[in-house]
Parts: sequence; structure tokens; C-alpha cells
Amino acid sequence: MKYNIKLPMDLETRKKLRAGDEVYLTGIIYTARDAAHKRLHELREKGEPYPFDVKDAIVYYVGPTPPKPGHAVGSAGPTTATRMDPYAPELLDDGLAGMIGKGRRSKEVVDAIIRNQAINFVAVGGAGALLSQSIKKAEPVAFEELLSEAIVRLTVEDFPCFVGVDTLGNDIYDE
Amino acid sequence: MRDVDVSIIENKLREACMAIAVEYSHDIICALKKGEQEETREKSKAALRMLLENAEIASREQIAICQDTGMAIVWVKAGQEVHFTGGSLMEAINRGVAAGYHDGYLRASVVDDPLFDRKNTKTNTPAVVYCDIVPGDEVEVEVMAKGFGSENKSKTKMLTPADGVEGVKKFVLDAIREAGPNACPPMVVGVGVGGTFDSCAVMAKKALLRPISQSNPDERYRQLEDELLEAANQLNVGPMGLHGKTTALKIQIEQFPTHIAGLPCAVNICCHVCRHARMVI
Repeated sequence: MKYNIKLPMDLETRKKLRAGDEVYLTGIIYTARDAAHKRLHELREKGEPYPFDVKDAIVYYVGPTPPKPGHAVGSAGPTTATRMDPYAPELLDDGLAGMIGKGRRSKEVVDAIIRNQAINFVAVGGAGALLSQSIKKAEPVAFEELLSEAIVRLTVEDFPCFVGVDTLGNDIYDE
Repeated sequence: MRDVDVSIIENKLREACMAIAVEYSHDIICALKKGEQEETREKSKAALRMLLENAEIASREQIAICQDTGMAIVWVKAGQEVHFTGGSLMEAINRGVAAGYHDGYLRASVVDDPLFDRKNTKTNTPAVVYCDIVPGDEVEVEVMAKGFGSENKSKTKMLTPADGVEGVKKFVLDAIREAGPNACPPMVVGVGVGGTFDSCAVMAKKALLRPISQSNPDERYRQLEDELLEAANQLNVGPMGLHGKTTALKIQIEQFPTHIAGLPCAVNICCHVCRHARMVI
């Protein structure tokens, strides 16, 4: 199936999505990759708040290239989601609605996806120039000193991806 | 003796780093188009079409094909008749790489300390540099911008002589299967056979410098490359791991004499954006 989805996604929307569906996301997503996830985990350990509301949020595993003048963002394709596996379950348990990346997720992440009725999206790796065209705005949120690894609030329009792992735990890579 | 000012190498490296980040090589584009025609699954075709569209946008807008613009690896083959002038060659190489990444709006992806600090150096340097001294008065410089989604899936193993050709085949195919969707297939796969633990891995990386339209000049290794490519494309990994026939675009093997007790084998996996350039000064 093919869906145009307005973010944030409600539970009904999440439940109807199936692994392999083609989706176009419009709304707000947050960038975070390795170093930012480590920081989020450390904040959680200390009982301090996250720098953005993770409830119903979507995290995009990406570290864009610097924008050229006049561009919101540089090349911005997905990085390997598997590396964020140690951190994803706790974010999902805290309310995260989904993640966008490439590659397989661990059993622990798939279990957390089912438990929290979340979605793991996959975008086409290496299509950073194409995907950047769907990103209309980029606003810094936290950890700017991490450069490309900082958390940035992205406004996306018709961002193309596939449902990777659905709320039942089906996986696009096992189709 | 021939004097070569290191600033020439610096400037050429700057330009090369900028160029390879935004333009695919022609042979890769041809291979992606061929894959798009041969795939039968709609999703697999769509993924390849997105990569081709991405290539057009990157070239037209001169923005990076992929946000992982890689770590720079530089090979210098310096003729022994060459006298480098104008300061340190190593510093010039790193200045060239830093300038290319800065001026090309490419991502600084290098951290200073791998284990403890992991602080971004902000310049995408240092580059990994290999130097060879060769006869003559020319300097050949090759640069590769290696992404780490695929680098992370690379492997080295000390096979034994008894493992032989079958052992090499199994090791290479297992590595490709395990790399799966994470390594951004369709992949180009560099394989090193022989040498020592360390030199074998360097060979696997060096194999990725060969254009994919060229095979190993030794007939036996050429055949092995073809056989492995056919087998890899039957693993059903497919473009972006969405299944299909286009898992690898080329297997490139490099070999070197080794010890009577050993058969080192290394697999360096590269995504479809196999970025490298060669210049002769």
C-alpha cells in the first residue's frame, strides 16, 4: 500500500501500516544518531529531561552534510539503524512513535516496537541528495557541538520511505 | 631529480575530494541502470530508480550523493627520482583533504580519539595515507572517500591453506550476506587474498580502486571474481536489502604471495557510491 502520512501519527495510523508499505511523511521529525543517542541515554540515567518531547515523535537517524547557502540542509540520507539498537527500546518505552534509518533492528528493538505500537521506517541509503529535497526547514535543538550529530528539528514534506518493521513485528527485509 | 611542490598535490586532492562526493563514476551509473532493467520486483526497481534520480540531483545541484562523505584514504606512489619541495607531504595531503571537505560542503566525519573522547576534528582529517616508492619521476595519487555503513561490515580472517578456494568463496559470500541491507547494496566488494594479516586488508581496500569495468588480469582470479559475483547476486539481498538480483555490482580480488602456513583473506565492502579518483603529477 501507499500512504501519505501527516505527523504526528496517531495509533490508528500506526496500526494500519504494514512492513513494505510505501509512505510519504509530512510534518516534524528529529535527527539523532550515535553521539546524540549516547547523550539522550545519559540524560535519562541522570533523571534529566530530554531536549525535545519524545512522546509521539519520530527520530531520523541521519548526520547531514553542511547546507549550501540557500538550502535548509545538505545531503541527508539514512544511516544504519542497527547501531542505535542499544538505545532505541528506552526511547520507545518513553513514547517515541517511530524511527527512520536503514538496515535491520535487533530483537530487543522489534519487541519494543510491538510493545509500544511504534514503527521502524527504512529510507533508501545513499539517496541523500534526493531525500534532502523533502526537507524544508532545519532548526537546531540540542548538542550543536556534535556538528552533524546534533539534534535538529526537521520539517519534511512527502519524505519518501518504506515501513520497515510494523506494529506486529513484521520486517520488510523478511518479506 | 624532479622537483614536485607539495602544494600541487594539496590542490589536486582538494578538487578530487569535492568531485567524487557529487559525481558517480560512469561505470557505476551503467551498472545501476543495468540492475534497474534486470530487477523484476517493483520495490527493488524503485530503490534503484531512486539511486539514479539521486545521482542526477547530486550532479545538477553539486551536493553530496550521500551524507556520509566518508573518511579519506590516500595512496601516494612516489617516483624515487622525485624531490618533494614546499614543506611536509603529509601535511599537504591533510590540508588538501580538509580544504576539499570544507569547500565542497562535505561532512566532517572524523573523531580525534576512537575510544574515549570521540571529538570531531571538524576537518575530516587526518586521512589514512599509504606511501609507496616506485621507479621513475612521477607521483601518482589516488584518493578514496570511504563510507562507514559498508566499512563496518568488512571482515578479515586467517584462513588455512586447506580452506583453499572454497574457503575463500564461503568467507566472501558470508560477509556479503551478513552485510545485507546495512551496507547499502548494491555493493562493490574488494577482496584481498594472501600477504599478511595487515597487508591483506590493505589489498582488499586497494581492490576497490579498480574501475568496475576491469577485472583481475590473472585468468583464474578473473573467473573467481565472476563466479563470486554470480553467487552474490543469488543471495537475494538486492538493492537496499529489498531483495532481488542486484546485490553486488562487482567483486574485485587482489592477491599477493603469502606464507606456507597461511591463507589470509579480507573483504572490504563498499556501498554503490564507490568514490575514488586517480591523478598523476
